[in-house]
Amino acid sequence: MRARRIFANFLVACIAYPFLTAHARAQVTFERLLNSGKEPQNWLTYSGDYSGRRFSPLDQINITSAPTLVAKWVYQTGATGKLETTPLAVDGILYGTAQDDRAFALDARTGRPIWMYQHQLPGDIRPCCGRVNRGLAILGDKVFLGTLDAHVVALDTKTGNVVWDVVAADYQKGYSFTVAPLAVKDLVVIGVSGGEYGVRGFIDAYDSATGKLQWRLYTVPGPGEPGHETWEGDSWKIGGAPAWNTGTYDAVTNQIFWPTGNPSPSNRGAGRAGDNLFSNTLLALNADTGKMNWYFQFTKHDEHDWDATQVPVMIDSGGKHLIAQANRNGFFYVIDRTNGKLISANAYGKTTWSDTKDAEGRPVAKKEASPTLEGHTVCPGALGTTNFMAPTYDPQTALFYVTARDQCDIFSTAPQPYEAGHAYYGSAYFPSEEAEPYRGFLKAIDPATGEIKWKFEHTSPTWSGVLSTAGGLVFTGDAEGNFIALDAATGKTLWHFQMGGAVYAAPMAFAVDGKEYAAIAAGSAVYAFGLP
Amino acid sequence: MPLTIQSGRDRKKSPLSYLDRRLALVMPLCAALLLLAATAAHAADDGNPLAGNAKAAKAGEYEFRINCALCHGLGAHGGGRGPDLTRAQKKHVHSDEDMFQVISNGIPGTVMPANGTNGQGVGMTDEEIWQIVTYIRSVEVKAPAKPTGSAAHGRELFYGDANCSLCHMVEGKGGRVGPELTAVGGSRTREAIIDSVRNPSRRLAWGLTEATKEFPQEYETITVVTADGKEIKGVALNEDNFSVQMMDASENIYLLEKDKLRSFQKSRESLMPRYSPAILSEKNLDDIVAYLTSVGAR
Repeated sequence: MRARRIFANFLVACIAYPFLTAHARAQVTFERLLNSGKEPQNWLTYSGDYSGRRFSPLDQINITSAPTLVAKWVYQTGATGKLETTPLAVDGILYGTAQDDRAFALDARTGRPIWMYQHQLPGDIRPCCGRVNRGLAILGDKVFLGTLDAHVVALDTKTGNVVWDVVAADYQKGYSFTVAPLAVKDLVVIGVSGGEYGVRGFIDAYDSATGKLQWRLYTVPGPGEPGHETWEGDSWKIGGAPAWNTGTYDAVTNQIFWPTGNPSPSNRGAGRAGDNLFSNTLLALNADTGKMNWYFQFTKHDEHDWDATQVPVMIDSGGKHLIAQANRNGFFYVIDRTNGKLISANAYGKTTWSDTKDAEGRPVAKKEASPTLEGHTVCPGALGTTNFMAPTYDPQTALFYVTARDQCDIFSTAPQPYEAGHAYYGSAYFPSEEAEPYRGFLKAIDPATGEIKWKFEHTSPTWSGVLSTAGGLVFTGDAEGNFIALDAATGKTLWHFQMGGAVYAAPMAFAVDGKEYAAIAAGSAVYAFGLP
Repeated sequence: MPLTIQSGRDRKKSPLSYLDRRLALVMPLCAALLLLAATAAHAADDGNPLAGNAKAAKAGEYEFRINCALCHGLGAHGGGRGPDLTRAQKKHVHSDEDMFQVISNGIPGTVMPANGTNGQGVGMTDEEIWQIVTYIRSVEVKAPAKPTGSAAHGRELFYGDANCSLCHMVEGKGGRVGPELTAVGGSRTREAIIDSVRNPSRRLAWGLTEATKEFPQEYETITVVTADGKEIKGVALNEDNFSVQMMDASENIYLLEKDKLRSFQKSRESLMPRYSPAILSEKNLDDIVAYLTSVGAR
């Protein structure tokens, strides 16, 4: 009898255990985010993990099997415009976003939606560059969405119901969110957009349970704060320095690394004499308080709209704890992340704005690179050598992969009065015929030397991000709608699929039922690919 | 679920919201704004609260740079992609009120966009649009456009000795290898047309534009050698990293996968020959432009 009871209990346990496990795993704790490497089947943050590497440890799809990849499912979002989302993958469910602040949850096996949320947007929002959104953060039983009317919204992971919805700033003054937030500890960290509207940029941290603001760091210091002296007169009040791309987190030092964007007005320096801290800067913030530990400014007193908002990728190499960033200004920077000291800066695309470096090794702008009334050509152009497209670092090849373009612009000043909520550029830029045709690349950079190990030239410049995987692959998309797998070591194309719409998003990988998938958004849909 | 986005006052939801800031400037403004027409006369400054105001014109000049100059050029002389607005005769505009409406609402059927529809927020204020109108009026050349050539003779040349129609179609007649030219006289400046004839490779014409793609296809020259050794030279209809769709001079369409080709070469040297003055005199070119302009103005 006893044996039978034991057997019965064992049976119950066997049946119940997976459910208990599934239930327990529905909660995405901070510990899970910290140890995301232990669950390679999931993709828990915008960049996959806290390091920003956009590297998947999955290797089922690899250089041998990649040529056999097939489309597994397509989810049509129904939205129009640029689809920039990177979905999260959590225990068999994908959580993504689309234009106009939609969010959705999909069955990762089939792409069938479980729920959809549509944020109610007013008609007079102020997006700078499309009604876009780049994704969600997840913590506990909520996903978090930043909206174009500058709300932060927490949605229940099971239903998409709104748990809380807080207003961060006045959208009618040009504030908005397009960024995928970052969940750290019990906080939801998010940076604002609005560098084209003369906002005063900030990074916020909200209590994930309640939506209560825990800290705010203004990226443009006010009177009495360090860095305030780098702004002329009252220019700081409309100084820009938005923070519209997702940062990274180092648990060892409890620091959030978050990059900032252009000073306002973006292309005209007159009226804001000085370095304009903390625009175009990498900030190292205490995660609990938002206090700044150190900063590194990439482009001082920027006049070319070269936001430094590219993902700051944490790399550990040769006992050094580094951050690598392929900057919009055309230089690839390596920084010691323990103290913010610059280690190297090397051009990785066509640049004409700097031919000298300061004592720290930072490229310094030539005086004649400033926009003029008549206009003259500077490379890179206003869109930069790269932009929001997410890069990847592959620890196996020790290479950094980034989408790059060679394009130059004619920059011309156009003085413009500030008017709250009104686009505020102070300049106009035009494609320079000298640089035609524009060329687009995927480049593999060795962070140790800044050397470009290989490059793949696209038919035309793409806005796609890049994913690397333990299968020895990098994945990217092109402007013509192809999803492409390349050999990470050589850049050789192994496989491609025509998705029928341009790519403005970055790929990610996940696994469900033991099967690996690579997914990417293109056109207005999300596509998942796997082995036959 | 239906979208809940409301249209603002006169701000419509962007059909071009996928385009980034640059793109938002490049594509939409690159077309027929205020087209020159042979007959239209410049009407009175009706309704413009800033008419003749020099300060407003200066503010308008800067607004113009930011919002219009990408296609219409610094100084409004036409950017090659958009018409010269310094001409007094304009196809879609007589009065200042017309001009305000065209800037506000765009021109349907062209890529001239409505204000505020480029994914960059709420667009220009009414005052700023009036400033631009005032600026454009301030730089207009008041003299009537100089008489151009003979459209009738230009037509003869186009379909005859100048051989234009071997490759170009106008109003349904002509070849297919080059761009269709029915509307070109209405949407491009005279200088841009002349430049395209004299230096066809300097600025390649745009071909297919895809909805989500940043750059339109250009009339690039493609030369391939197929697996069986056949060389094909023609113009690109479209291309991506892995395939090319092209047409040769005999108007055959080829749909090719690049990895199956023995060689693939792309050139920005146009298939169109350079028409030097020795081949096509200034006068004859003037006549052809007059022909295209007369068709484009219809």
